[in-house]
Order: sequence, then structure tokens, then C-alpha cells
Amino acid sequence: MSHRDLVIVGAGPAGMAAATEAANAGLSVTLLDEQPRAGGQIYRDVDHVPDHRAALLGPDYTAGRGLTVALRRSPVEHVTGAVVWSIEPGFCLSYSRDGRGAQLTADRVLLATGALERPMPLPGWTLPGVMTAGAGQILLKQSGVLARSAVLVGAGPLLYLIAVQMLRAGQPPLALVETQTGRNRRAALRHLGGALRGWPYMAKGLRMLAELKRGGVPRYTGAQDIRIEGDTRAEVLCFSHRGRTRRLACETVFLHHGVVPNTQAARALGVAHHWSTQQQCFVPTLDCWGRSDVPGVFVAGDGAGIGGAKAAALSGRLAALAIACDAARLTPDERDRRARPLRSARAREQAPRPFLDTAYPPCAQALSPRDETLVCRCEEVTAGTVRDHARAGCLGPNQTKAFGRVGMGPCQGRYCGLTVTALLAEATGQTPDQTGYYRIRPPLKPVTLGELASLKTPPATGKN
Amino acid sequence: MNPVLPFLEIEASSAPRVEVRFDGAPLLLPLGANLAAALLAAGIERFRDTPVSGAPRAPFCMMGACFDCLVEIDGMQRQACMIEVAEGLQITRPGSPEVRHVAS
Repeated sequence: MSHRDLVIVGAGPAGMAAATEAANAGLSVTLLDEQPRAGGQIYRDVDHVPDHRAALLGPDYTAGRGLTVALRRSPVEHVTGAVVWSIEPGFCLSYSRDGRGAQLTADRVLLATGALERPMPLPGWTLPGVMTAGAGQILLKQSGVLARSAVLVGAGPLLYLIAVQMLRAGQPPLALVETQTGRNRRAALRHLGGALRGWPYMAKGLRMLAELKRGGVPRYTGAQDIRIEGDTRAEVLCFSHRGRTRRLACETVFLHHGVVPNTQAARALGVAHHWSTQQQCFVPTLDCWGRSDVPGVFVAGDGAGIGGAKAAALSGRLAALAIACDAARLTPDERDRRARPLRSARAREQAPRPFLDTAYPPCAQALSPRDETLVCRCEEVTAGTVRDHARAGCLGPNQTKAFGRVGMGPCQGRYCGLTVTALLAEATGQTPDQTGYYRIRPPLKPVTLGELASLKTPPATGKN
Repeated sequence: MNPVLPFLEIEASSAPRVEVRFDGAPLLLPLGANLAAALLAAGIERFRDTPVSGAPRAPFCMMGACFDCLVEIDGMQRQACMIEVAEGLQITRPGSPEVRHVAS
């Protein structure tokens, strides 16, 4: 079994930047990632896209090539198509690749597993034709596939970005149905100072809104009572706007009300998490380098708290410096000297977050869905059933599994966990921290008996 | 290009098209493309029926997290969004009658 100074999980901006920095500091580094090519979701297939598509996606996307090029030039072993399903203390990482199992050991582990779309349980959200906005972005980036007749629903600047890209591609969305209100916008104004420190973001946001207006894309803000109707697929988006019920015929609905850290691997390792009131989600508890309370386990990027791609790359480099120092490849003085400019750059990147989080809060209807709404997509459990469990004495998210299988399907709670915590907290009057989250156990992804059986033989890994 | 399909490809793919079968019907998909994206672009709207209620499902997250794009290939359920198109893939829709028959 191979041994490394550092194994990094996830080849998005944080993982790529950390791997490159650590390898250049002299550590032996393996980077494991599920995708066939580096980039993560934000820079998905950035080295692969035709010029026309790259132009459509814009310079913030193609900027990811700086990271992929640096990674390729570094001595990092990048194992593509590697689905990590277990990380045992010590550390032993088990993963599947091309139908075979493989293992590797490491002194330290950096989790750069990124973000997931915040679960958005609305009536009809399981129908074919309803996808996350992130899925829409991935279809466009990786495959050049665009929805012809789409409505974008929810809150946040990502919706504007997608709408602008669709407009530029000649397939504008039918409408943006946004859940934030004028009151949210006014509340956000007190964070304007921070927002102005991150002025390039704000300028980009205003440009996108102007472009959508010129393009004639209708926006309905303060939308409520949203539901997707259809028999076997999405057909109509129904919502109320300024006291009127509106019905938009469509084929595709893209949902988005922010992204949240993907904490599955960190939780499986026993890393402590706490509730972030500003981001309305659980985040791992880390020091200023990304070091967790489990010795040797670091977390960087959006998986450590949402900050966006540029902040993710910076936090990846900061974690790599700390790891190199812990491994005696850098002196503390050298680590701190190199970290200083990274910290100021990261603070600039994070400056607009309080404004954005206040201006575009999660959709209230999806945080506390009505009883009939499915919250667990896999086991098809409704919000009402989870509330019944709470009334019957169910104390926490783990117990809901025994009560009614919620969170026990193949997604392992990735798209219901935060909702179940919120529903139980609401019913018991406890905080999200008191309520807690599902206990996550390996395998983190399904693994076949064949993959397990093949662990005995040396894995065929390759550097791409 | 069929104008009634919900998804369209914004540029002609340079990859050669290879034949795969989805529930027995032949489809020509770009070699090496993301399977879930290629099936959507080919007009496949329903990827599976759920084991709980038989409700239709299709890709939701496109990043390997939600498992709603599960299809059956060579007797194994796999996430279509995590697979590349290869020549001759025999894909069936989990929950469809022929799969239930094999399972029983």
C-alpha cells in the first residue's frame, strides 16, 4: 500500500491549490477526485471546453486554468475517477476506480469536498425536469447542453449568472422567480461597507442585472407559495407574486437558494461541526489554517464554509502551508510570512459575503416546508411525517431514520439532512446545534463486493 | 436537431457518435460524453422509477450526490452523471418492468 505525507480529497479550487502548494514545499501528495478531469464543480472541465463555450462562460470560469496548469506542472499524483468511500483514522483511505477498490495511507488528510446545493424542498421538486441550478451549470460547462424552456427559481447571484449565460447562448430563461424581498435588500444595506470592499463582485452583479433587463428576462421578486406541477415531468411553475397567482408553463426548473458545505467526509471522521447563523448551515469547526479538532485532518474551500472559488483556492494554500509546517518542511516564520498576503486576499474575497447572505437569504418556504412536501427524495418522506416523528418523541436526526427511514437512501442525507434538522429544531424549540445532524458512517458512497474483494491486489492508479 | 426536446446542444460535438441502447431503443451519443447529459440531450426524460412509490425521476444534481440519475448497466445500478458514454452500453431504467422481472 502506498504511503503519502498528504492525501487531498477533491480537485476543485481548494484541493488543486493545496496539492500544488504542498507538493512544491516537498511533501508527497496524492489528490483523489471523482471526476475524470480536474476543476471541481466550479471549474468543471475547464481544460476541455471549446473556445465558444469558454467565451460564453466568461473569464471567472476560465481563470480556473491557472490552477489546473499549476497542478499539472507540480509533482502531485492526481488520481482521477477515484470515489473515496472510507477514511479511517491513521489514515487509511479506501476508494473505487474503474470498478476496482484501492487503498492508500497518509500522515495527514485535507478534505476539499466543496459544496452542495442547499436542499430546496418545494412541492414537485422531485419531478423530472426539476434540477439544481448547479446541475444546469454543470450541463453547460461539461457538455454544452442548455435547457430550452427554463425558469430559474430561488435566490442568489448564481441565478443571475446562469440567466446571463443562457441569454448569451441565445436561449434566455423564461423568467427568474426570486424569493428574496425588498425587506431583505434593505437589511443588507447595513453590510454595504463590506460589499464595497468586494466591489468587483458588486459591479459584476449590477452588470448582470442590467444585461438581463436589456434582454427582457422577466424577474418576479418576493415570490411565495411556489410549487411545480406536472404529472410525469415538470410542466408548470406556480407561485404567488404581489397577491396574484401566476402560472408559467416550462419544461425545466432550476432551483437554487445558496450552497452549503458538503460535510459528509469530515463528519465521518468525527470532525466537530457547529451551526453558522450567517450562512444558515453547519460548518466544520476549524482554526485559522483549516485545522480541525481531529489531529491531522484539515478542511479547506467551500466545505469549510461558503466563500466562493477564489477564497477556496486561498484557503487551500493556507492549509497546505500549515501542513508543510507541521511536517517540518517549513519553519513557522516562513509559513506565517507566506500566509500574510493570502490572508489579506481571502479577507477581500469574503468581504461581500455578509451583504450577499442578508440580501439573498434561503427561501423561507423551503426551510420549513408544508406537511405534504417531500423532504427525503430517496425514501420519499414528507415534512409532515418528520413532524409526526417529533411529536411521537423523536429526539434527533439519527432517530428519524429508525422512525421512518428518512436519510437512509442512497444520497445518505445529502439532500435532506439540513431540512430534517430544521424540522426537528422547529418542533422541539431547540437550536440546530442542540438538534444536531445525521451521524455519517462509511461507506460514503456505495461500494460493490467486487470492489471490496479487489482491495487485496495493488491498485492501478495513474497520473493525468 | 429536434426543436421540441427540452435540452439542446449549443455546438456540434466533435466526438464521434456511438450507439447505446436505453430500454432497448438505440441512441447515438457522443463518445466520452457525460452519460446523463447525453441522455438528456437525446430526449430521455425519465431515467428511473423509484423503488418506494414508482415515481419517475431524472438527473437532479449532476455531481454524483443525489443518486436520482441511477440507471442499470450490466446488472448494476450506476449514476449516469458519473459515467462516460462508451460504445454498446446497454442501459435499462431501474424500476421498469423488464428490470423488475429480472429481479424477481
